[in-house]
Amino acid sequence: MALEKIVQVSGRGVPVPGDDIDTDRIIPARFMKCVTFDGLGDYVFYDVRKNEDGTERRHPLNDERYAGATILISGNNFGCGSSREHAPQAISKAGFKAVVAQGFAEIFFGNSTQLGMPCVSVGSDELDTLREAVEADPQLEITIDLEKKEVHFGDRSVPCEIREGARQVLVNGKWDPIQDLLDAAPRVDAVAASLPYMSGR
Amino acid sequence: MGKSLFEKVWEAHAVRELPNGQTQLLIGTHLIHEVTSPQAFGMLRERGLPVRFPDRTFATVDHIVPTNELQEPYSDPLAQAMIEELRKNCAENEVRFFDTTTGMQGIVHIVGPEQGITQPGTTIACGDSHTSTHGAFGAIAFGIGTSQVRDVLATQTMALNKLKVRRINVDGQLSPGVYAKDVILHIIRTLGVNGGTGFAYEYAGEVFDNFTMEERMTVCNMSIEGGARVGYVNPDETTFEYLKGRPYAPKGADWDAAVERWKSFASDPDCEYDDVVNIRAGDIAPTVTWGINPGQAIFIDQPIPEVAQGHTASERASIAEALEHMKFEGGTPIKGTKVDVAFLGSCTNGRLSDLKEVARYLEGRKVASGIKAICVPGSQAVARIAEELGLDKVFREAGFEWRGAGCSMCLAMNPDKLVGDQLCASSSNRNFKGRQGSVTGRTILMSPLMVAAAAVTGEVSDAREVFGILEPVGA
Ligand code: SF4
Repeated sequence: MALEKIVQVSGRGVPVPGDDIDTDRIIPARFMKCVTFDGLGDYVFYDVRKNEDGTERRHPLNDERYAGATILISGNNFGCGSSREHAPQAISKAGFKAVVAQGFAEIFFGNSTQLGMPCVSVGSDELDTLREAVEADPQLEITIDLEKKEVHFGDRSVPCEIREGARQVLVNGKWDPIQDLLDAAPRVDAVAASLPYMSGR
Repeated sequence: MGKSLFEKVWEAHAVRELPNGQTQLLIGTHLIHEVTSPQAFGMLRERGLPVRFPDRTFATVDHIVPTNELQEPYSDPLAQAMIEELRKNCAENEVRFFDTTTGMQGIVHIVGPEQGITQPGTTIACGDSHTSTHGAFGAIAFGIGTSQVRDVLATQTMALNKLKVRRINVDGQLSPGVYAKDVILHIIRTLGVNGGTGFAYEYAGEVFDNFTMEERMTVCNMSIEGGARVGYVNPDETTFEYLKGRPYAPKGADWDAAVERWKSFASDPDCEYDDVVNIRAGDIAPTVTWGINPGQAIFIDQPIPEVAQGHTASERASIAEALEHMKFEGGTPIKGTKVDVAFLGSCTNGRLSDLKEVARYLEGRKVASGIKAICVPGSQAVARIAEELGLDKVFREAGFEWRGAGCSMCLAMNPDKLVGDQLCASSSNRNFKGRQGSVTGRTILMSPLMVAAAAVTGEVSDAREVFGILEPVGA
């Protein structure tokens, strides 16, 4: 199955400010009682978007000015906490194509990459500039360029970082490694046979 | 130059370098549970792929099981659907399932070690971030997402970036009343909640040499709360002693060979680390969290931080956010804060030694009126042995509810949840907003004995004072 080569991601942004936004915040555990990921998009950031009676709270994701945004902008250590892929899945199923933040928790970053949803890091001052620009003009078009490692918005651009291995799999359309992993089956058997605990000895 | 355990295990399990520079790593042991596996089995079905090494995968059910309702169907139809889905997936793919009727069910990170499945020198993966727990045995254990669960089921391998290794030495002696939980909370507080990003933590030093396996597990469990995906302790006699005779441990002549092999994986004395951190055991006091991440922690006799104490604007913002959520005032003592719920359990502190230690002090005491106190053994085996020892009676007589095995109030996927802005003294590992099931609910992480102290007094207390634990003479 050929995967899309993700070289550039363009769209409007929505800022969800704050550091250490954890996976429980992104998708509260009670919505993980499911056997498929379908429908998870409805519950992304649920507890900060909704009151207990289901009415909407003030939150950028409820703000009409940002409706249709496909790039999520947040703070440092985004996605910390649990390994639940439900978190990037919920973000992706809610229509997001990329996340820009100051930094990412490791498991979240890996899970997102494997879904073809780039997570790029920008410095804290540049992040403020980007966020302020989007707040001033929610229609602003943002482009994440994984070739040049830059984020363009309006007439500005700031450098962004992404782990080289992740960048490569995205731009080469190899972000889902399953085929590569399957291809090595004979070598897997050989390594397994060399390990007594695996070969049942 | 010598090699660290991490490097040795990595090299032994490396299948090849992938075109993108990642390593395809063989995963020796795969643990699964009901929350993160159904979608992975679904992906396998979609592609028509079988489970490649079914006998290297072990399943249990923990997150959604109600701990006060033993009969199926469960009153929550979603929970019932999830347990049935796991049962079906395991049966279809010939995966061993420690179902609720086997007497072996429990929290995945408690079951693996107690069955002897978790062994030194192995690679382990599980769709759960606290998989780092298994590193206590000198294994390299990764928490993974569901797509990687799919990869491991289909290929018994996954694509990974090699980690750097930070050695954390904790030398000296812990004071009485200071536990493994305090050690890890102190480490996270010192190095930060994302200080471990990109690292495997190797825990070492006198304190770890003297720790039991269960204490080592408590520390390794919370590595991820410090940003480190992997945490481990080098295997030694304590490790082998623990494993001997366990159901899945090697037997007879295989045992001796296994011990020799396991020893060879321990870090060489002359290996170089990417970073070394030294911590003095004597500096650590009973530690409690005051905020909304596990790094927001203080010693029991310290005041809650004030916003102005943040070094940067973002630190000040996060202190302010935490104080607002916790309904705390900066600069005031945390000791004496009224609690509503006391939760003893979870994969961090739901093991037999945790229950024993608490029971030792709880005997003859009573939970303060108005406090809901629950004790949830981490596995059916823990519950059974605890009951044989009569610990259940001690807990019941003190006013604790004695429950069945599961994750319970560690997270909100079963009926055990906080209500409104209840404050919970909890032996679990996460104090994120909403973690325990109420958006406004509040969590204070602490050691099991500190949970017991809070239960007995009805407020955040110093267990050493409540239970008369004295400093050793001359200290
Ligand atoms: S006890 Fe808590 S942290 Fe451990 S596996 Fe269960 S939910 Fe996760």
